[in-house]
Order: sequence, then structure tokens, then C-alpha cells
Amino acid sequence: MSTNSLGSADGNIEPVSEATRAEARAASEGGGHGDHGGHGHGHDDHVHPAPSNFLTRYIFSTDHKIIGIQFLFSGLLFFILGGLLALAVRWQLAWPWSRVPILSTIMEGEWKTGGQMPPEFYNKLFTMHATVMIFFVIIPLLTGAFGNFLIPLMIGARDMAFPKLNMLSYWFMWPAFILMLQSFVVEGGAAEAGWTSYPLLALFRWATPGSLNGQTLWLMSLLFAGVSSMMGSINYITTILMLRAPGMKLFRMPMTVWALFITALLQAFALPVLTSALVMQLLDRTVGTNFFTPVAWSVANQPGPVGGGQTILWQHLFWFYSHPAVYIMILPAMGIVSDVISTFSRKPLFGYKPMVFAIAGIAFLGFIVWGHHMFQSGMNPALGATFMLSTMMIALPSAIKTFNWIGTLWSGSIHFTTPMLFAIGFVSMFVIGGLSGIFMAATPVDMHIHDTYFIVGHIHYVLFGGSTFGIFAAIYYWFPKMFGRMMDERLGKIHFVLTFIFFNGTFFLMHIIGMHGHPRRIATPYEYEFLNRPGIHFMNEFMTVNALLLGASQLIVVYNFVVSLFAGPRASENPWRANTLEWATASPPPHYNFLKIPTVYHAAYEYSVPGVEEDYLPQTRPLPPASQQMVLEPARG
Amino acid sequence: MSVESPAHAAAHGAVGHEPSQPHGNGHGLVAHQFEDAPQQREAALLGMWSFLATEVLFFGGLITAYVVYRWKAPVQVAVASHHLNVALGCINTCVLLVSSFLVALAVAEAHRGNARKVVQLLIGTIVLGVAFLGIKAVEWTADYHEGLIPFAANWQIPSHDLEILAQRGIDADQFGLYKLFWVLYFFMTGLHGIHVLVGLGVFAVVAALVWQRRRSKNFANLVEVTGLYWHFVDIVWVFLYPLLYLIDRHGPGH
Repeated sequence: MSTNSLGSADGNIEPVSEATRAEARAASEGGGHGDHGGHGHGHDDHVHPAPSNFLTRYIFSTDHKIIGIQFLFSGLLFFILGGLLALAVRWQLAWPWSRVPILSTIMEGEWKTGGQMPPEFYNKLFTMHATVMIFFVIIPLLTGAFGNFLIPLMIGARDMAFPKLNMLSYWFMWPAFILMLQSFVVEGGAAEAGWTSYPLLALFRWATPGSLNGQTLWLMSLLFAGVSSMMGSINYITTILMLRAPGMKLFRMPMTVWALFITALLQAFALPVLTSALVMQLLDRTVGTNFFTPVAWSVANQPGPVGGGQTILWQHLFWFYSHPAVYIMILPAMGIVSDVISTFSRKPLFGYKPMVFAIAGIAFLGFIVWGHHMFQSGMNPALGATFMLSTMMIALPSAIKTFNWIGTLWSGSIHFTTPMLFAIGFVSMFVIGGLSGIFMAATPVDMHIHDTYFIVGHIHYVLFGGSTFGIFAAIYYWFPKMFGRMMDERLGKIHFVLTFIFFNGTFFLMHIIGMHGHPRRIATPYEYEFLNRPGIHFMNEFMTVNALLLGASQLIVVYNFVVSLFAGPRASENPWRANTLEWATASPPPHYNFLKIPTVYHAAYEYSVPGVEEDYLPQTRPLPPASQQMVLEPARG
Repeated sequence: MSVESPAHAAAHGAVGHEPSQPHGNGHGLVAHQFEDAPQQREAALLGMWSFLATEVLFFGGLITAYVVYRWKAPVQVAVASHHLNVALGCINTCVLLVSSFLVALAVAEAHRGNARKVVQLLIGTIVLGVAFLGIKAVEWTADYHEGLIPFAANWQIPSHDLEILAQRGIDADQFGLYKLFWVLYFFMTGLHGIHVLVGLGVFAVVAALVWQRRRSKNFANLVEVTGLYWHFVDIVWVFLYPLLYLIDRHGPGH
């Protein structure tokens, strides 16, 4: 071990000998801190109260819990913005060129069209909807909010490994927020080249109004968001590998932590590629490089600059990040759902290790499938077939996960609490989204449905029915831990039922109109003869009505959240009777998380263990001797 | 179980690898989320390795772009690359390698707790880093005078090279790829230069901190972690030098 060879150097800092530590570590077989028994200096009373200064306590806090809650609030605020943008998109598709309520009144002076939405404004709407939802809502909520809040608590640590870096990772989001919001008001307005921002539309300032200035701000904003994510992922990786409580072996970690760990790896290895692509596009737009401008290209009869770049290079670099990003947006939700389903089935998670390997498999495959976004961009058929096969292989680990969730539910003692309802909603919607993914993976089918509403339907089944349901499950599940109060169960169930119904009403028909050839990202579908039919009109209107109702049902959770925050009944330490470590401390946890760093005796899923009085067994309590042969992982020593 | 005073709590936020105040509970200089100093040291190293992994991927994106264009337009890239000064590039490579060697010595001295030696070696590194940037500046100035910086809107390929490209049978509409070499060259060496500059700033701070802590001798982590970063900067250059300077030395560029 390298620590031994360099041990003498640290000897002058730390009187405890390296050798003792190394032995303790070896004894713990690669587990986190190893066995403390060897050296008697207790780290246990090494606690600090929270800073008393308001600014350092709540604003520029280095406490992972506060930072997680900061991410939660800013993510939820942007969720509202992103949702409103989506509703305006839907309005235009259902009732084209009619006045949009409120929006038309605000924008009338600028549009000068008597309240009609100009087509380029429609482009802004879907571009910014996707950008906001992906980069400012789902990723920050899953990794920023729940990653920050849960990782140290679930592994039994006092904080992240690098608390200041953690604080910076939140405050680097603010330049991103401000630049993105500023882009709405600059000349030409926000970016409108789609969230994929393909050249040449994105490159040339005169190509479209949004490319005049908005696109530059878009690129800069995402650079900041990327730096934030990078800091976060470095912190998560280090924290999970280094700061686990004694006994918390890697294969005793809850699925949420596993999922966040693998997500952090994905982020660390995929995001820098996007960063370099963003910098290249920024230089193309500002200092006249030509990474992505092809030879002698001209737009609007302007003379083309000396060129020679490759538009398709952007697509490769972009999707090399953005395909893994799809898994960055779903894997943490899968981890959360695994924990919730196991807790409320009062049963051990079915196939814990396969679940871990399935996540790792999805993450690995996620790196070698980016080409399936580019079947229509021109590709050697042999390469296309390779991407098709690797994409289809993702169905295998995904199926393992789905069957294991069902296996966990099977003959469990199911408690239909709100988080459980959302978790089951996640599984069922993920099945639909996953299956339509296999359709699109097949190159010949994709030739037909590429860039149609089928794709939009698919992505929303995975990102709304999947990730967002996962986020809702997580909010309802960990709200008591975060704020020390319970949310209202009845309102939560009503919220779930309405969301589930209107979600399907909004997105299911997209598959059908997509199969019919309805293109995405187009403000005027009815100009095409084959789309200008009563059936298509009806389906678009039906979807829009459902979308509006879906948006309205979210008011329930806003109300529930705000009221519970101040007036909800006090939560006990462990209201769900769950096993993981975050429930072994007060709600909300004190600044130092644990008065005494807990010792972990077994995996996170020992529910209904024979010989234990209650139907759960926290990780901090040893297994009873009689049941040792009954459980997944026999206690050692 | 003693909860320490709020005044003391100010120390809790110290960044993992840079604890600034002792906690006074027998732990030495360990931030509150760590169990002990070795764990803190390993966490700092792992954090830096993760960061360097992201940096590798970042430069990876650029090198991929370079390789794509090199493969698409070998002649244009070769013709452009002949303008680079191989001798200066070679000297710069040596300068960086020696500076990395000094950093490695500094890390070893830091583990021995020898603050004076560490500071001397770091100053040596900074001098070499400045020399690297100086030589780079000389190269960039020469490029500027030759009109090779392609960022002006009306930039044109130097006529001399246009002739060579025509002689070697390149179609006029493919000349644009010649520009891409310069775009990539300035972007990659510029980005590397920024990394060197950041490294110099960091080393200046580290040297000051080492001197400040010469009595407590709590600086080994600091030097080791920043040393890792410097080695990375060095390795990037070791890749850039052959890619950009030596890519077609055997070919008939002129």
C-alpha cells in the first residue's frame, strides 16, 4: 500500500502510526475506514456546531445538507420555468397562431404580430424548455440536491470530502442561471437551435435571431454548469470512496449511493468532452475559428469564411457527453426508487448485487452508444449496425433492474405511501419509455421516426415518467429528513393520481402522431397535408389540455411542500422505519450529521428478518445470530 | 462528548487538503469530516486524480478533433506544421520535463519536512515555467509576424503556402483545412499555456504556505497534490509536442 512507503512523512502530522492504520484497513478488506479498534483516539466526539453567522450558515454554507437544499430550491424554481415554457409549446401545437394567455399580453409589443407567437419564438420555447429541464432541473435535482444531501448521510460521514469545493459547485450554478436568464432579454432573444445546438444554425449569427447573441450566452451558461457538475462529481467520487463509516463496505451501500457514485463517474468522464466542444463552438462564434464550419459555406448570401471544419464533429462530441447525460438523469432515480420500493415492500431488495452491476453495465454501455442519435447524419452502415447493437444491449441491464424491482414487490407487504406510489409509477413508466427506446435503437425504424414526436414521447416517458417521478418519490421520502416535518399523505396521493393520469394523457399520444410522421421542433405542423387532419388536430388538442391539467396538478405539490415546510407534523427520527444510515440520526440532522459515527453491521435491505421483533433492522444494529444463514450477506466475524 | 465553542467552529470548513487550524482534540490538522490525517491525505490525492481524469477527457476532446482533421487533410496539416520551430519546441519540452523533475524532488523533500529545500525547488520550478511561457511567447510572436494567427475575419492563407498546396494537388475548396491546423495549434497550446500559468500561480501560493508552515511541517499533502497537477501539465505537453511539431517531419513539406 502506498501509504506505507510514504508513511514517515505524515508521521510528523499524525502521531498514530501508519502501520496500525494499514493493518486495520487490511483487516476490513477494502472497506471504508476499516476497524477503529486498533487505535483508541475516538473520532466520535469530533463534532462542531453549525456556524452561527447567518451568511455562512445558510448562504455560503459548506454544509452538504444546506447545499443540497439550495440545489433543491433552485432546481424546483427552474422546474416551474421549464414547465411554463413547455405549456406554451403545447399551446401553439394545439391552437396554432392563437393568442397565448398571459404570454401574448407580455410579449405583444415585442412580437408586433397582434399576439401571435412568431415561429422563431416557438423555437426558443422548445430550446429553452429542454435546456432548463435538463441542465437546471433534473441533473441539479438528482445529483446536486439529493446527491449532496444523501451521500454523506447514507455512508455515515460528517460532510463531503471537500466542503468548500462543494459550496463552489453550487455557486458556479449562479453564473449559469444568470447568463441563461439574461439570454431571454438580449437582442435576438434566447438560443433557438435546439438543446442539441447543432451547427450551422447555432454558429452563424445571422442564421436565426436566437443565434445573434442568445447562443453565445447559452454556451457560456453551460460552461459554468459543467464546471459545477465537475466539482460535484469529484467530490462525490472521493467522498464515497474515502469517507464511509466503519463497516460500510462498498457492497453494503444503499442503491442510491451506488447510483450516485456511478453517475458521478459518468459525469467526470463525459462532461469534459462537452466542455471542449462548447469552447470550440464558442470560439467559432466569437473569434472566427472554424471547427464546425464546412468549406465555403454561406448563409443568407453572406460570403462564407475560409472554412474546412466538420459540422458532424460537433454532433459526435456533443452526443459523447449527452448520451451518458441521459443516464446521468435516470440512474440516480433508479437508485432512489430501489431504496423506496424495498422500504415500502418491507422486503430486501431483490438481487442487490445484480442491481449494482446492472447500473454499472448501463453506465458502461452508455459510453459506446452515442452514434444512435446520428443515424440520419450520415454514417457508415457497419458503424450504424454497431451502434444499433450496443444500444439494444442496454435493454439487458435495464430489464434486470425492472425484473428485480418487480421481484422486490412480489409478495412483499406493500405500503402504498406517496413515495411508493411514485416509485411504482417510475417502474411502470420506465418500462414504456424503455421499450420505445428499443424501437428507436433499430436503425431502419429510426429512419422513419427520427425527429418525430415518437422521440419526444420516448424522452418524456423516461425523463418525466422516469426521472421526475423519481424526484417526486425522493422529495416525499426524504422531506421529513430534510426539514424535520412530514408532508401531507392525502394531498400527496391526490398529486400522484392526477400526475399519473395527465402525464399519460399528455405524452402517450405522441407515440401515435410520431408514427404518423408528425415532426418535432416545428411550429406549423398543419401546413403539411398529411398532418392537417381532424385526428391529428384532436390528438394535439387532447395532449395540450392534459398538459395544462398536468401543470395545474403540480400546484398541489407546491402547496403541500410549502405548507408542510412550516406547519407539517413533526417527523420522528425514522418515520418510514427504514434501514439506511440517514434515518439513524435526528430529523433534520444536526450540522455534524452524527453525534457518534455509526458502525455498520450489514447491507441496507434487511427487512422482515426472522428473529427480529420489528420488520426492519437498521444498518447500525447487528443481525441476530439465528437468522444469519437466512440473509443475503452473512455477517463476518 | 464535548461540543466545541462556536468560535472554534470557524475552522470546520477548511478544505480537505488544506486544513488551516488544529482542532485540539488529538487529531492534529484534520478537517472534521475526516477520521485522521492519512485518510485526509488519500482523499486529497483521489480528488486530484479525479480532477485530472476530467482534464484528460477535456484535452481528449481537442485531440480527437485534431486527429480527425489530421486524417482528413494530411497535406494541409503538414504544410502548416512546417512553420513551427522544432528547436524551440524541443527546448521547451526539456524545460518542462526538468521542471517536473524539480517538483518530484520537492514532493520528496516535503515528505521529509524540509521546508527550505521545498521552497527552493518550487522557485526553481516557477522559473522554468516562466521560461517555458517566455519561449512560447517568442514562438507566438514569430507566428504573428508571419501572419499565421487566423482569427481575423479577413484572414487569408499565406501566398507561399497557397502555392505549395496547389503544387501538391489540393483542390482550392479544400485549402480551408490549412486554417484549421492553426486554429487547433493556438487553441491547444493556448489552453496548455493557461494551465501552466495556473500552475505557476498555485506554486507561488504553495511555496508561501510551505514557508509559513515551516515549523508545523504540515505541507506534504499540499506539495504532493499540486505536484500531481504539474506532472499532468507536463504530460499534456509531451503529447502536444509530437502531435503539432513532429507530425510530418519526414514528409516533403517545402
